[in-house]
Amino acid sequence: MALLEVENLRTHFFTRAGVVRAVDGVDFTLEKGTTLGIVGESGCGKSVTALSIMRLLPTPPARIVSGSIRFDGRELTTLSERQLEDVRGRHVAMVFQDPMTALNPTLTIGTQIVEVLQRHLGLEQKTARQRAAELLEEVQIARARERLDDYPHRFSGGMRQRVVIAIAIACEPRLLIADEPTTALDVTVQAQILDLLDDLRREHEMAMILITHNMGVVAESADDVAVMYAGQIVEQAPARELFRNPEHPYTEALLAALPDLDDAQARDRRLAAIPGRPPDLIDPPSACRFAARCLYAGCNDSCAAAPPVLRELRPGHWVRTEHPASERETVPA
Amino acid sequence: MTAPLLAVTDLKVHFPIRRGLLFDRTVDHTRAVDGVSFEIHEGQTLGLVGESGSGKSTAAYAVLQLVRPTTGSVRFNDRELTELHGEQLRRVRREMQIVFQDPYASLNPRMTVGRIVAEPLQTHGIGTRRTRRAAVAQLLELVGFDPAYTNRYPHEFSGGQRQRIGIARALALRPKLIVCDEPVSALDVSIQAQILNLLKDLQRDLGLTYLFIAHDLAVVRGMSDTIAVMREGRIVERGLAERIYTRPESEYTRALLAAVPVPDPERMHERKVERRLLRPTLAQG
Repeated sequence: MALLEVENLRTHFFTRAGVVRAVDGVDFTLEKGTTLGIVGESGCGKSVTALSIMRLLPTPPARIVSGSIRFDGRELTTLSERQLEDVRGRHVAMVFQDPMTALNPTLTIGTQIVEVLQRHLGLEQKTARQRAAELLEEVQIARARERLDDYPHRFSGGMRQRVVIAIAIACEPRLLIADEPTTALDVTVQAQILDLLDDLRREHEMAMILITHNMGVVAESADDVAVMYAGQIVEQAPARELFRNPEHPYTEALLAALPDLDDAQARDRRLAAIPGRPPDLIDPPSACRFAARCLYAGCNDSCAAAPPVLRELRPGHWVRTEHPASERETVPA
Repeated sequence: MTAPLLAVTDLKVHFPIRRGLLFDRTVDHTRAVDGVSFEIHEGQTLGLVGESGSGKSTAAYAVLQLVRPTTGSVRFNDRELTELHGEQLRRVRREMQIVFQDPYASLNPRMTVGRIVAEPLQTHGIGTRRTRRAAVAQLLELVGFDPAYTNRYPHEFSGGQRQRIGIARALALRPKLIVCDEPVSALDVSIQAQILNLLKDLQRDLGLTYLFIAHDLAVVRGMSDTIAVMREGRIVERGLAERIYTRPESEYTRALLAAVPVPDPERMHERKVERRLLRPTLAQG
């Protein structure tokens, strides 16, 4: 049995302007101890997917309108708030983008780590404090014992993210959801945090969902990658396969739009920008959601007729398009 | 070789650190920029890279005299800017403009697109109301923004469209030099590519000179002729972009380059090995 099974998840926001179909039919499974990277641009639904799993979205306006989320065989969508509190932080933990807002500025970080250990594991104050110091050591914070009494503002951005990670792994969760964990950090610090997450994941046999807009970050850390567009997964494959043989026109376009660090001719080249913008999720196209920006969508073909389904082109390589790269005969005009 | 359009020599910007409540006094200085020199030739781009707090934005603000340098020289188009004041400085400022990182914070939400783009012309007393209106339409067209939306407000547009408005405003006074301060870091990849292409086209068509500040080293490579790498207020390495990216001399530059995640799991492996080797070069963050 997979650790996490998400099936036909739909999370909609009921707003005055209309129903925003932020997540609109997402399926994936996550095996024990593996990392799934979810990539996509702003508004594609990647964070809402994560927050739906944690049931952290404010209701209203958000509501999971259909689908199932099974964690270790247990259905999460029907749990009460009380039951959820036992899951969150204990079995499934989350790391957010901004480590400053994730920490309480008025409490020492020792207090914040101890709180989690007491709430979920029922440790005594003294044992919990001892354990908190060990956790800080584990995330490589120097002079861990002394630093327990510092407030968050005494730490740099990267150090704060280490503290947040220490809290997240405090109860040895089976699943860690990291939502843009390095986006607010400098590139050298980002590399350190990604290496740390990778080490921790191995040691604790945690599974991880890594949500990011950065293709480089997923290439580096993920076993499998899911590309999201307009509330749906449009392509999913093992990382190497996805980057070597991208099938969906959107994945191809995203990769082509990236500036290349190793391109000696970069100064003389224009980037391959993707024309247009993603569709409005209040009233998304009834057929293929990428068709309006797609190089391969002809005006009379099936792209405009019916929504493409997510199909398995090769073992483990799923794609939602009528025009995957390996089935194309002609190049676009 | 002709003289550079911009030559910065031994530029220092020190901010006082003050202590005490009632009778505060200066106890020390933060050396935000501490002896920086570089030059840019007309029509070229210098990429200024470095991590947060390295002083790259402060250095750029000191070039524009938005922050007055503590010492050092800024020669722009054969004039020494650090000696200019008042009207003389205002006049030179027409030729140097800036595009900011955050297209949400840098446009006045209460002004229409048309007024935002016309404001520099109005401030400098250029043209009449009617000629300004024509100029605005032309500028918006130049940056790929539909002039039909001149009377709308910034909140009605996406980040990419707003950045186009910011660029149109920067171009209004026909500047020679534009400081681009992280112009695409708030934008999604597909939009980022559109804006970078636009900046390149404008440079080619109008002969613009850019001081391009960014933390994304892949973005900078595609934009720059020369590169300066800053760390803790100083330039650790400077040279032709091609050389910096292929044969970096400073350990710090090597560490920065090795830290960039590249979208290729196969190349990633060797990069990870290199960056673990170079880690001692960097402070832990």
